[in-house]
Amino acid sequence: MPTDLRPPPPRAPATTRAASPPRRGLPLPVWNVLAVVLGLAVWAGLARAGVSGLPGPQEVAVRAGELAMDGTLLDDGLASLRRVLIGFALGTALAVPVGFLMGWYRTARGLIEPYVQFFRTIPPLAVIPLAILLMGIGETPKIFVIFLAAFLSCVVSTFQGVVSVDKTTINAARVLGAGDAVVFRRIIVPASTPFILVGMRVGLGAAWATLVAAELIAAQEGLGYRMQQAQIYYDLPSIFVGLITIGVLGLIMDRLLLAAEKRLTGWQERR
Amino acid sequence: MTEKISFRSTSRTFDVGGKPFHALQSVDLDIADREFVTVVGPSGCGKSTLMNIAAGLIEPTGGEVLVDSRPVHGPSPERGVIFQQYALFPWLTVRENVEFGLRIAKVGRTERRRRAQHFIDLVGLTDFADVLPRMLSGGMKQRCAIARAYAVDPQVLLMDEPFGALDALTRVQMQDQLLATWGTEQRTVMFITHDVDEAVYLANRVVVMAARPGRVQEVIDVDLPYPRTEAVRLSPEFTRIRNRVWRAVYHQPVQEGLSR
Repeated sequence: MPTDLRPPPPRAPATTRAASPPRRGLPLPVWNVLAVVLGLAVWAGLARAGVSGLPGPQEVAVRAGELAMDGTLLDDGLASLRRVLIGFALGTALAVPVGFLMGWYRTARGLIEPYVQFFRTIPPLAVIPLAILLMGIGETPKIFVIFLAAFLSCVVSTFQGVVSVDKTTINAARVLGAGDAVVFRRIIVPASTPFILVGMRVGLGAAWATLVAAELIAAQEGLGYRMQQAQIYYDLPSIFVGLITIGVLGLIMDRLLLAAEKRLTGWQERR
Repeated sequence: MTEKISFRSTSRTFDVGGKPFHALQSVDLDIADREFVTVVGPSGCGKSTLMNIAAGLIEPTGGEVLVDSRPVHGPSPERGVIFQQYALFPWLTVRENVEFGLRIAKVGRTERRRRAQHFIDLVGLTDFADVLPRMLSGGMKQRCAIARAYAVDPQVLLMDEPFGALDALTRVQMQDQLLATWGTEQRTVMFITHDVDEAVYLANRVVVMAARPGRVQEVIDVDLPYPRTEAVRLSPEFTRIRNRVWRAVYHQPVQEGLSR
């Protein structure tokens, strides 16, 4: 086996929410809400018990209200969202064709894989100093780092999807008269869609993970920048507002992808 | 009798750990037009390899295979293949699966619909035409695969243990249905199986293969009338042929040491 440094294959997406066990007691969302309420209660309890400097939920909510009123929260949120979305979109837009290329053509795999594997071992954050020196302190290095994180997660998954397409399925298409182009378009693409979507979700996670660090690069706005400022002024409520906003935005985007996945890959047999 | 498929000293050698493994050694076999031939043999006798060569999915390393007197190179819709693992396209509905080959052949929409519907009805999937394969049982999946293969109007049907993964009852039903389909849509069929009863029940002729090296051991004629029914299956004549095939399969003289 040549360069078999491949990361563990993304499990062909388990359609987790599929087979729900026989319903007993309260429906799942009720438990979810309960868990959130309970978490808030524990948080409030800890804050009241006087864990040093920890703001309570009310305090954070008030600060969130203030930041929302004067528009900073929206501006910061939009600035961060814009970076994540652009970086993520560029990353996946490049990762999907490159992944297909690697899976379909041995030569392309041989040429590209060493680079992908090498850069995968470097945390995207470690690229930041270099990115600043080469690209200045504008938007470019921030988006580039996010792009890199999203690209690397997604490309491996796409590639894995292409190479794991069942050989018999391809043969079945060939004996029905399909040539390379048809096999690619009508077999390889749909068969690897589940892998691509898993790659996109992982890539999205990576993009958010990289965001805050990327915004430490002389940003003028953004959730990461705001949290950095808050750190300087020992403004814990603002840090909490930033964290929660990032979490909520990430969650919403992940749910959107999940919905897309459900729509696009509902044909899968459940294992 | 006109030959539809002719294997001419067809050989196939695989490289197993640096040593040559003779999956098929010089197989000569003629299958007539509209004949139903089953191929039985112990595992490793190269029966699937033989079928894959006829399908054009594997190239022989020696000899050749002719279909309609033309050597086979690569797969073609003229030779339909039915795989043991069904190999349906899971993201397409039953109808879309059956229409797949017709689309490639650029058959117009109306004609495509009509032909797909004909074969969907023929295999009894009328009520399931618009569901995805994951909703189907194993037997229904294989029926869909059979309809898909028939839809492109192949001259030859190659079946690689198509009922191997089904339970005994479903298997018998599928055999009857396949014969019924073959009765109305006669094609040359080469059917691989390891089930001796199945081989005798379906075939005009049973080809018994032996392993190491993979070769044709014996060809046994099945002089039983079609349509075959339960009465045929229970007849002494059936039992006699079945026993003969059984002996040919299981009492094979070992030509080469197993260690090879």
